[in-house]
Amino acid sequence: MCEKVIDGIIDKYRGRPGAVIHALTEIQHENRWLPREVMERVAEALEVPFSQVMQIASFYKTFSLTPKGRHEVHVCTGMTCHLRGAPALMDKVEELTGLKPGETDADSRFTYERGSCLGSCSIGPELIVDGKHYGRMTPDKVEDVLKRYE
Amino acid sequence: MTKLQSVAELEKLRADILARRDPARTCIAVCAGAACDGLDSVAVADAFKSEIAKQGLADKIELRVTGCHGYCEKGPNVVAGPKDVCYFEVTPQDVPGIVAATLKGEVFEPCVYKDPLTGAKAVHMNEVPYYKHQMRLLTGDNIRIDPLSIEDYIAVGGYAALAKALSSMTPDEVLAEVKKANLRGRGGGGFPAGSKWETTKNAPDKTKYVIVNGHEGESAAFMDRAMLTGNPHKVLEGLIIGAYAIGAQQGFVYTRHDAPRLVEHVKAALAQAEEYGFLGENILGSGLNFKVELHFDVGIFVSGESSALMRSIEGNAPEPRPKYIRTSVQGIWDKPSNLNNVETWANVPQIIAKGADWFSGIGSERSKGTKLVSLSGHVVNSGIVEVPMGTPLRTLIFDIGGGVRDGKSLKAVHFGGAMGGSLPADRIDATLDFDEMSKLGAPIGAGGLLVMNEDTDMIDVARYLLDFLTKESCGKCVPCREGMWQMLKILTNIAEGRGKKFDLDRLADLMEVTSLSSLCALGKTASDPLKAMMRYFKDEFETRIAEAAVGNPAGSQAK
Repeated sequence: MCEKVIDGIIDKYRGRPGAVIHALTEIQHENRWLPREVMERVAEALEVPFSQVMQIASFYKTFSLTPKGRHEVHVCTGMTCHLRGAPALMDKVEELTGLKPGETDADSRFTYERGSCLGSCSIGPELIVDGKHYGRMTPDKVEDVLKRYE
Repeated sequence: MTKLQSVAELEKLRADILARRDPARTCIAVCAGAACDGLDSVAVADAFKSEIAKQGLADKIELRVTGCHGYCEKGPNVVAGPKDVCYFEVTPQDVPGIVAATLKGEVFEPCVYKDPLTGAKAVHMNEVPYYKHQMRLLTGDNIRIDPLSIEDYIAVGGYAALAKALSSMTPDEVLAEVKKANLRGRGGGGFPAGSKWETTKNAPDKTKYVIVNGHEGESAAFMDRAMLTGNPHKVLEGLIIGAYAIGAQQGFVYTRHDAPRLVEHVKAALAQAEEYGFLGENILGSGLNFKVELHFDVGIFVSGESSALMRSIEGNAPEPRPKYIRTSVQGIWDKPSNLNNVETWANVPQIIAKGADWFSGIGSERSKGTKLVSLSGHVVNSGIVEVPMGTPLRTLIFDIGGGVRDGKSLKAVHFGGAMGGSLPADRIDATLDFDEMSKLGAPIGAGGLLVMNEDTDMIDVARYLLDFLTKESCGKCVPCREGMWQMLKILTNIAEGRGKKFDLDRLADLMEVTSLSSLCALGKTASDPLKAMMRYFKDEFETRIAEAAVGNPAGSQAK
């Protein structure tokens, strides 16, 4: 874990109770999940009750309270992607990884998420791995894409 | 760069920028919009870079990586030369050919548009059918601007409207101009922006805020992101003009955190605007002080609702509050806060620059100006379209969109995302007008237009939309949280062939109660798609239920 980076983020927002979301967002981006003791330090430094940090961290979908896998596999479930075949894509990802949305495998290789809408509707349905978009996906192409991520 | 102190200094800078540009140097614009990016336009841009370096052409060709060009279906998009030659589906292998042709003032044939039926070619932007029927007042500049360069924006006339407002108009005159233009909010409601501004302006508290809503959570709507990513300064200029008219000292841009390019461009735009003196103290010597903060939505649909969004900016969970006192009177930290959508703000500079009379000459009787529409679904040409208000949907779907893909026929169109509505194919002669579309039961919303082909299962669509909203409800008020859940259960039963005789009556009850008793627009309008379905496609629901009754569950056809 990148302790120094996290300390830096917390220091930047020290004493600013209104900046909880900013601090958590940056930590999430860096560390990819929010350990409880980090949230406790955020609460103390930003001078807000821990319960409020927890409320925000558990409410917004971006924040994860559990560790994530090395690679994040995301199927867009926006309306266009849905019409163009996202359900079949999800079935395939679930079959290949053995995961349900929100889960991480035992080897911490993949975390599987679904959500909408990522705004690349013109090339839907799409699979996004670690932020890289794979547009116009079909179920038979999924395995080849996932193979590239160890 | 030293801060610009006056309007005269801005005009001098603009003249300098234009004088520095070599007219003999041609520009090649590579689109890096969301779709092109997904189709690896980065590789195309890199190929151009290395080709230009390899041949030592830096003084002859300028490579510009830009925001969305619009024709997402045919990405990666490239536009070359002074006459805007359009190249589509460009691969790195095509790059040397395009460079060679551009240098000679010729056209690289393999990548130009060919009509899928006749094979007729269209070379220039104004000849390509997709662009020909559009009026690109807001997005037209995208091909001329590197979103990371404020000087590109200034070169195309940027910040001239702000200069005009600050130097020759009083705040009241700016407000009067926007009111006279009848600019209506592009985010969903179509509420007159001028009236909203006036409410905040007249609110007693001296501390006032202005906000750009760039949340864009509506499914299948992607034009705000394209606007804000492709030309962030246009939105910012509108915001500063609004702050001047309203008397706000602080602005907020609220947008998505999950689009890296969007975040990068907005951050850079804010920093550059401050560096050049368009933000900060005494802007262009006018005495106006104004600064802007960037805030992020971190992943829930309801935070696009105005009062929820303001809670989020305050650093709290985004729960809407009752609005018997409007947010324009008591918003962020209970101060008057005027919130408008990205596209609404982007319209402001041209209204000030060209006047309300010019603006209100475009569009339909009660909806003025142009509208950005995200065209997607089962349509041949998907992408971002900008047309005058009052354009028939038929033009959007067939002339621009090229009709339904895979040779299928049109069943329905859906406007307005999860809180919008679907219209059957025989209604597409309706026009793009806030009031007309609302009356038909398919409000424009933010402008996501979805085309659905003959195979589309409307029950599945209704269930999908409600499933989306059920997950996005903040849970604060019971009718929304529980009402939608119950509706979803019934709809799922119908969709999966377990519908019962009185299900539709129960749905109607739930729809009524949920929309009457929910606090915010999410719950109030959650059943709107269903209402439109019941109006136009009720027989599909009845047939499915009847089939279930005789033990012949059809199941969801979509699978």
